[in-house]
Amino acid sequence: MAKKHHLSAVVNGEPVEFLCEARQSLLEVLRDVLHLTGAKEGCNNGNCGACTVLLDGLPVNSCLVLAVEADGCRITTVEGLADATHLHPLQQCFLEDAALQCGVCTPGFLVAAKALLDKNPNPSEQEIRFELANNLCRCTGYDKIVRAVQHAAARLREART
Amino acid sequence: MKEFEYAAAASVDEAVSLLAAHGPRAKILSGGTDILVQLREGLREADLVLDVKRIPELTALEFDSARGLLLGAATPCYRIYEHEQVKRAYPALADAARIIGGWQIQTRASVGGNLCNSSPAADTIPALIAHAAVCHIAGPDGRRSVRAAEFCTAPGKNVLGRGELLVALEFPPPVPRSGARYLRFIPRNEMDIAVAGAGVWVRLDPTGQQIEEARIGLAAVAPTPLEATEVAAWLAGRPATPESFAEAGRMAQAIARPITDMRGTAEYRRHLVAVLTRRALADAVGRARGVG
Ligand SMILES: Cc1cc2nc3c(=O)[nH]c(=O)nc-3n(C[C@H](O)[C@H](O)[C@H](O)COP(=O)(O)OP(=O)(O)OC[C@H]3O[C@@H](n4cnc5c(N)ncnc54)[C@H](O)[C@@H]3O)c2cc1C
Ligand code: FES
Ligand code: FES
Repeated sequence: MAKKHHLSAVVNGEPVEFLCEARQSLLEVLRDVLHLTGAKEGCNNGNCGACTVLLDGLPVNSCLVLAVEADGCRITTVEGLADATHLHPLQQCFLEDAALQCGVCTPGFLVAAKALLDKNPNPSEQEIRFELANNLCRCTGYDKIVRAVQHAAARLREART
Repeated sequence: MKEFEYAAAASVDEAVSLLAAHGPRAKILSGGTDILVQLREGLREADLVLDVKRIPELTALEFDSARGLLLGAATPCYRIYEHEQVKRAYPALADAARIIGGWQIQTRASVGGNLCNSSPAADTIPALIAHAAVCHIAGPDGRRSVRAAEFCTAPGKNVLGRGELLVALEFPPPVPRSGARYLRFIPRNEMDIAVAGAGVWVRLDPTGQQIEEARIGLAAVAPTPLEATEVAAWLAGRPATPESFAEAGRMAQAIARPITDMRGTAEYRRHLVAVLTRRALADAVGRARGVG
């Protein structure tokens, strides 16, 4: 049996402690140990972005982070976007604007888009396409995703004023 | 992934002694965007994965306009292009840091990891050559320094000896009337490995019309990133005109020794290296003149 590491982190605002092996990725631990199955495994090599989570506020591919590296960090997954009663404006706009089909890419897009709107509340189409280039979608052709992000950005700006 | 032990060193000395204790079965982990993929795919094996991101020296980013830039080997790429002064002082480095993978890669991937992975197509290495970066290395016999242009020795190979690690990259302070640019060609808009790349740095004379000094690094046209010293020497004293840039492009083409692989043919790479060198020179001169 491989040695288990005892780690603590703050996941979606909740302090959690867990055990894992050194070789386990953050994605594996989120899904298989913490049972947060929102982040998806698309490629397991950093190309598709379906596993995107925020690590201390920054988007990372959780398949390319060892869980042991996240000791003491703040982690936000797609499960952390909505509050108890309301979807996040990004989630609401993805639904209203039909920005998903099969949905496998959606958690990654939502989390990466949240990070983008946190740093740039009014991104241009080009900025959205550039910053979300590490998120692949095989279904939608991207246009509806880009529009949903712009739509959510506008809603968030309105809510702030 | 196969089983391995994990350790996060707190200091360079601790990292050096852990490397000495474990020998070649220890693998250094910076951002992990190369090594974790390689371990998972079985291309490499490790008994110990040694995380160096908790060593303050390795995640430093210290800029001073008189002293230059000290960049920790494990500092992630995003910190380079988000630092306005660093971006202005070392624009080719910022260009390269901004196009490695996508945002999720740039929050992890380091310039040190890009250099130590030593791919001929690595995007930051031509920029390191253009900006005259020096590599600071620590190992069982103490510290030493090597020019970034001399770091890579073959595809995936470099000058690091047994038990050595890269600590930091040091860049000379910015000089007036200088500019730099890194350009690569990929068939997509983002998220691909360079078919060819060119990083250039120029310093202009006081009139802004003549090149006084230049440095050029080329990617993916030889077994290692290539320092185009002949081309740089030829450019010194030439007028900063499209004709000079085009001739420099032809000279870069002549020293390129590309291969044919899945990303492109040797002939295509020779074509690209001339175009990229010419365009990067034009952009670098524009930046040196304070436009663009
Ligand atoms: C989806 C994706 C897209 C990518 N796109 C690009 C791209 O556009 N351009 C490009 O050039 N690369 C690209 N890469 C490759 C990779 O992201 C870069 O090479 C990156 O800079 C590696 O840095 P890292 O910190 O993640 O290195 P790691 O993976 O942590 O390390 C890389 C290698 O260097 C060794 N090493 C790391 N730090 C040290 C040290 N301090 N001393 C000694 N050895 C050390 C490691 O043991 C390993 O062998 C991409 C990778 C992925 C997964
Ligand atoms: S599963 Fe992590 S990037 Fe595809
Ligand atoms: S909706 Fe199917 S991959 Fe994007």
